[in-house]
Amino acid sequence: MDIEAIWVSVELAAFTTLILFLIGLPFAYWLAVTSWRFKFLLESLVVLPMILPPTVLGFYILVAIGPMSPLGRAYEEMTGHVLAFSFQGLLFASILYSLPFAVRPFAAAFASVDRRLIEASWCLGISRLRTFVQIACPLSWAGIVTGLVLSFAHTLGEFGVVLMVGGNIPGVTRTISIAIYDEVQAVNYRGAAMASLVLLASSFIALSVTHLINRKGGYGT
Amino acid sequence: MGPELVAEFEKRFLDGPPIQVRLRRPVDHFSLTVLFGPSGSGKTTALRCLAGLDRPQRGYIRFGDETWFDASCGILVPPQRRQIGYLFQEYALFPHLTVERNVGYGIRRIGDAERRTRIAEITDLLGLAGLEDRYSHQLSGGQQQRVALARALVCRPRLLLLDEPLSALDLPTREQLRHELRQWLTKLAVPGIVVTHDRVETLALGDHVVVMDHGRVRQSGPPQDVFSSPVDLAVARIVGVDNIESGKVIRMTDGLATIQVGSSELVALSAARVSGQVCVCIRAEDIMLEKGAVARQSSARNHVVGCIRSLDREGPMVRVGIDCGFPLKALVTYQACEDMGLRDGMEVTALVKAPAIRLIPRE
Repeated sequence: MDIEAIWVSVELAAFTTLILFLIGLPFAYWLAVTSWRFKFLLESLVVLPMILPPTVLGFYILVAIGPMSPLGRAYEEMTGHVLAFSFQGLLFASILYSLPFAVRPFAAAFASVDRRLIEASWCLGISRLRTFVQIACPLSWAGIVTGLVLSFAHTLGEFGVVLMVGGNIPGVTRTISIAIYDEVQAVNYRGAAMASLVLLASSFIALSVTHLINRKGGYGT
Repeated sequence: MGPELVAEFEKRFLDGPPIQVRLRRPVDHFSLTVLFGPSGSGKTTALRCLAGLDRPQRGYIRFGDETWFDASCGILVPPQRRQIGYLFQEYALFPHLTVERNVGYGIRRIGDAERRTRIAEITDLLGLAGLEDRYSHQLSGGQQQRVALARALVCRPRLLLLDEPLSALDLPTREQLRHELRQWLTKLAVPGIVVTHDRVETLALGDHVVVMDHGRVRQSGPPQDVFSSPVDLAVARIVGVDNIESGKVIRMTDGLATIQVGSSELVALSAARVSGQVCVCIRAEDIMLEKGAVARQSSARNHVVGCIRSLDREGPMVRVGIDCGFPLKALVTYQACEDMGLRDGMEVTALVKAPAIRLIPRE
């Protein structure tokens, strides 16, 4: 079994989850509370990666981070490295690809928090930011954990986007699902079976955890 | 004159009538103002605008020498900086915090020792001692409301806004809390504005009542005055005048007006000169009943003879419907009803004092 590929996948999933936590949480909260009339456009955009074929998403990301694009050029000027076919490029792609798996559960949890609790906190003199941290987040913990677990599990097994954006560089962008593909191509079913089992188990555990906390979690109202 | 809350604003909605509020109340001492009206009359919206939770489109709100809202120069002070307390209809206690942490939530910035003292003071006053470690789902409705009140009062608000504070409680708890609420606010000298649709609550709690209907302020003043002298038909209906009949002024002598109502004549006290068509308002509890046809004794007391058409038990009272040339509803105690042996179709005399009849000129 390709331990190196497993490690790349875990590392990628961990970083993706962390970044989605940091940017997805405030974004989801904003989506949940705003009454902006074009909100539905943003909501559709967030869910797009779930519907779009990974190869299509991967193609656009590849173009967007390529050396010819403003983003790719800016990154190259700042770091001296190319973004495409690097771990960082892959991370960027993963964040976009897993965005709906984080933002949707976050936003659903925030939306179910009683609006009056937020307003009660404001009327007690507590700022919007502290209200978000002390009231909205604790009351949405089940949804937040669900989003994080799903993001992690989804990133762990991604294939199409990784292949398009990351290439297949061992130890850098060769993830577990690409390793499985390679094993099958090489008619090494034993290796493929082991790696597949790892993904199957991790996915099953992730879903069990989310179902368990959503059954037990929450504070009623 | 001390500092006042002066508000005049309008909040428009995509559907429904705009909410227009005019209010001027002192805020340097305890006094309870009641926003009274049927549901959908805009009371809660008015309260939310005062709190800064909703933004009106027009007008201003001033508190003492502070401007909380002014549409003309775009000022909107957020609720955090208004130093007010707001009580939500269903308490809105933080379910993930204990009673103690709920109460202390708004005063985290002050020192540990002082915070503990203040929490202890308020929990003692409101009778919450011993419940500090409970969560909201482990409390009764009355206890939850006390915690919500403690949480607001511990921050020493300059004004307390209460949205239907007692409506979710059962009757005995409601009566007890109504009584205590006035005591606590008096003791802490916090002026309050209460939203309610309950007449008893308005009379028991309020020093001043503002009657709202369809988004507009219809009348304001001391509750007794407003309830006994509604300025128009709409207010009369809202404050629950049971008998509203149209009549015609026949003559006017020495401040007494004689009015033809149906086939009967009534004498009413009227300081202002009235003529033509009027609405005659009589509260059911201001009518006394006597068995049989009783002769007229004085001009200041009306004797109207009629037939009982209905008897409806309402708790300890009985609502008696009488046909006396016009339909009249009277409210008597069950005991009185039994003593007199009131029955359907029986002849009775309704006694109504002239001052108990309120006349409203018809537009």
